[in-house]
Amino acid sequence: MEGHLFEPSLYTVKGIAILDNDGNRILAKYYDKNIFPTPKEQKAFEKNLFSKTHRANAEIIMLDGLTCIYKSNVDLFFYVMGSSHENELILMSVLNCLYDSVSQILRKNVERRAVLESLDIVMLTLDEICDGGIIIDADPNSVVSRVALRTDDIPLGEQTVAQVLLTAKEQLKWSLLK
Amino acid sequence: MSSFKKDKKEEEDGSCLFTGIEKTTVLQECRTFNETPVNPKKCIRIMTSILYLLNQGEQLSSTEATEAFFAMTKLFQSQDVILRRMVYLGIKELSGVADDVIIVTSSLTKDMTGKEDLYRAAAIRALCSITDATMLQAIERYMKQAIVDRNSAVSSAALVSSLHMTKMANDVVKRYVNEAQEAINSDNIMVQYHALGVLYHIRKTDKLAVNKLVAKLTKSSLRSPYAACMLIRMAAKLLEEEENGSDLPFFDFIESCLRHKSEVVIYEAAHAIVNLKCTTNSELAHAISCLQSFCNSPKATLRFAAVRTLNQVAISHLAAVKLCNMDLENLITDSNRSIATLAITTLLKTGSESSVDRLMKQIATFVSEISDEFKVVVVQAIRALSLKFPRKHSVLMTFLSMMLRDEGGLEYKASIADTIITIIEDNPDAKEIGLAHLCEFIEDCEHTSLAVRILHLLGKEGPRTKQPSKYIRFIYNRVILENPTVRAAAISAMAQFGATCPDLLENILVLLARCQMDSDDEVRDRATYYSNILSYLDPSLYNSYIIESPQVSIPSLERSLKEYCDGCTDEPFDLKSVPIAVVPTNEEVTRAQQKSEGMIMSTGPTKKVKVSREENYAQKLTLIPGIAQAGSLFRSSEVVELTESETEYVVRCIKHTFSRCIVLQFDCLNTLSDQLLENVRVQLEPSEGYKILKEIPCEKLPYNETGTTYIVLQYPENFFASVATFGAVLKFIVKDCDPDTGLPDTDEGYDDEYILEDLEINLGDQIQRVSKVNWQASWEELSENCVEMEETYSLASMSTLEEAVKNIIQFLGLQPAERSDKIPEGKTTHTLLLAGIFRGGADILVRAKLALADGVTMQLTVRSTHPDVAELVTASVG
Repeated sequence: MEGHLFEPSLYTVKGIAILDNDGNRILAKYYDKNIFPTPKEQKAFEKNLFSKTHRANAEIIMLDGLTCIYKSNVDLFFYVMGSSHENELILMSVLNCLYDSVSQILRKNVERRAVLESLDIVMLTLDEICDGGIIIDADPNSVVSRVALRTDDIPLGEQTVAQVLLTAKEQLKWSLLK
Repeated sequence: MSSFKKDKKEEEDGSCLFTGIEKTTVLQECRTFNETPVNPKKCIRIMTSILYLLNQGEQLSSTEATEAFFAMTKLFQSQDVILRRMVYLGIKELSGVADDVIIVTSSLTKDMTGKEDLYRAAAIRALCSITDATMLQAIERYMKQAIVDRNSAVSSAALVSSLHMTKMANDVVKRYVNEAQEAINSDNIMVQYHALGVLYHIRKTDKLAVNKLVAKLTKSSLRSPYAACMLIRMAAKLLEEEENGSDLPFFDFIESCLRHKSEVVIYEAAHAIVNLKCTTNSELAHAISCLQSFCNSPKATLRFAAVRTLNQVAISHLAAVKLCNMDLENLITDSNRSIATLAITTLLKTGSESSVDRLMKQIATFVSEISDEFKVVVVQAIRALSLKFPRKHSVLMTFLSMMLRDEGGLEYKASIADTIITIIEDNPDAKEIGLAHLCEFIEDCEHTSLAVRILHLLGKEGPRTKQPSKYIRFIYNRVILENPTVRAAAISAMAQFGATCPDLLENILVLLARCQMDSDDEVRDRATYYSNILSYLDPSLYNSYIIESPQVSIPSLERSLKEYCDGCTDEPFDLKSVPIAVVPTNEEVTRAQQKSEGMIMSTGPTKKVKVSREENYAQKLTLIPGIAQAGSLFRSSEVVELTESETEYVVRCIKHTFSRCIVLQFDCLNTLSDQLLENVRVQLEPSEGYKILKEIPCEKLPYNETGTTYIVLQYPENFFASVATFGAVLKFIVKDCDPDTGLPDTDEGYDDEYILEDLEINLGDQIQRVSKVNWQASWEELSENCVEMEETYSLASMSTLEEAVKNIIQFLGLQPAERSDKIPEGKTTHTLLLAGIFRGGADILVRAKLALADGVTMQLTVRSTHPDVAELVTASVG
């Protein structure tokens, strides 16, 4: 390729991963079919990545042709990967968004156990930040508002009449369908 | 109520952090989804477990996935927001494996158009993951509405999904252009960004439209930093494609982004400016100073980005990057080793000869701490340095040998060995030291492939040193201590010594005799082969069987042998029938090098064996009827453009030479969206002697596709008539068609034609390059039974020897031997040695003596096994 100009494309992120402090995957997503197509290759890469990053607190590293930006807290490591021909600062903004969103959701309690306990919400967060490699949103506040923080179960008595009716109707419909 | 409470408790203890959950149990649990009423808590937990398992790399079979998927569809009954969203995630994850996923289309369409905003965006994205091209048309109306929806999340989701869908239904998405145009004016910054991405994707094939889009948007300042980055990239791409590169408004726009308030955009702009070819020095200064200030940022990523960019352009903008030397010096001690390495290698590129020693000492202090990838960067910098300052070779060489002794992977070691080899080749003074270092290295080298390469090099270079005997010990040690592959390589290397140094021959024969007892077949075979040839004491035998390796292309050899074995004839196999391996041209080699230098990282150790260009073409050509008789492909020319690059029809030609005929391959591209071309062919006016054997037209050429038409020509009997120029016209039937669908309006078309540039068949097309290790020996050999022609020319148009050498090589299509294409600096005379084979198999050797005085004078001596060929070569020059 001539020069090193960045390619105009929305497909910015090649992968996002959250690992624990043994380098095991908690969540990981790869968005480019040409990069690590099988889980085996992905895990090998994560292992390598973890071994290179868990000691050095360096924020950024290049590995296997990818730019990897990372951040760690207590027993968690957050990674955002992009092509080596990508604006590193954009990748960093994605990482910051991921971290800040998770931190808000877990009420600043960013650690492995808390993440696993709210894994459903963390999964939704990941989905709201990046879809197939395209950044959907990089503002933690708006991401958090979109993943619908658990409103906890509203007891039956406090549900509005309309809501109850709606559920009843739905249930009737489904039982008829069966 | 009580069951609710109990469930909750259960879940809290049971949130066993997903350790030890199993696929089968989780899939069993999916049955819970069928219960009514749906228990959201429990179902969310199960959904999370499924998704967790999938994320951990667990594979579901198609039936398992389908079952889970159908169970999931029951959950649409529940109105729990999180559960619904988890279902969407599940749909997306399983859409690839499960069957009949379209069953949920109506549920998703309902959610997407419903009132609940929290569902709508995610429903769109889930829907698009299960949609195919035909179904997309059905939901087109909803998608268009969603793009211009007031809810930014919905709009973004629709835009992003559309972009994903372009992979399978580009045409449908193209119809969203008006909506995307409207969305670009949205107040939401992400919607703006996504709309820009979609618009660019729709228009990117149409340069004029992109131009307009960029021109319009550069005037209205985009609020989204991401969109601004995207716009900078688009503008930079346009500037780069513009030949004269003086599109000022775009450049001004990029420059104005240097003053943007977001660092992301400033960096993007600075990066674009320093990487643009057309940037002038004054324009550069501002961008470089931005990068310079980033070098002092507290954020590691910012420092990294800045120093990496400076590193990339250090060679092309040497003077400007030099200004940052002070800041780079500070980064040498950066705690992020990647930044430190990049800083040092940049300094090495920009530094003067005097700073080399100091910097090398600096690197030595932490080279063991950095990752292999960055060590490779250091090695590359040293390579560049050694070419720049040949006198420093001893410092650099010592450093490299120290690095060789350190721990490291194959790739790292290989890059060091490569660098040493380059230094040896480039700098005769460094040869002996370099070889000594390499000898030492193979004593203790765990990488077989590397040891083999070094042994090969020793065999090639060792015999020509002052004291060849001292290498024998190192090589023979390998025979005693190593695995069979290395032993075999060592034997070949020893044979080279035996063939080139007569005084060592006796000893070598003794050593080879010992090797004939080896336990490995290959080693024994080689030892027997070489000692047999060496015992004839005939230098011409040495030359053709030891020093020069056979130059056939290995894949073709394999194929030919296979065909021969299948054919079961009595005739002996003819090695001449196998196409000759192509020697990569200098440009290809440098291009490959630049590529690896641009990418800081290696792309991983798995590299496919490259099939040569000829191989590729040969395979394609065999598909054409009638070409098989022509024999094997001899040479394929470079691509010749027969039209300007931006015309209605673009035609390129590749000339494939066989021994008696030539196949012209015309690759035609139709750039008119409202035309369908049929029966496309090229009409040639061949000159005397040429005969058209066959024409193969291209039946159909729709918009934006490349079609190929072939012409097979017979070469004239007389060699002298083979250099010729033909007129060419592209002929075809035009059918007007609808630009959107590509279907023709009528069945009736009309004939049309398009004049192409003249096509030349020159000498170079008929010659294949051959690389000779020992050119002189081959020259002597040919002196007895061949024709020699000599001619003197004055090349008035050339002003330097370099230029003359380059032109001669290109014109004759021959391979320079013994590195005679490199001219030592400050010389006024030079001898260029060339070698090749003419179609049909006649060897050609050319010696060109050049002298510089008011233009270049050249004395050309041609030796060839065929008299006419020699005459043709001398006749065509001048």
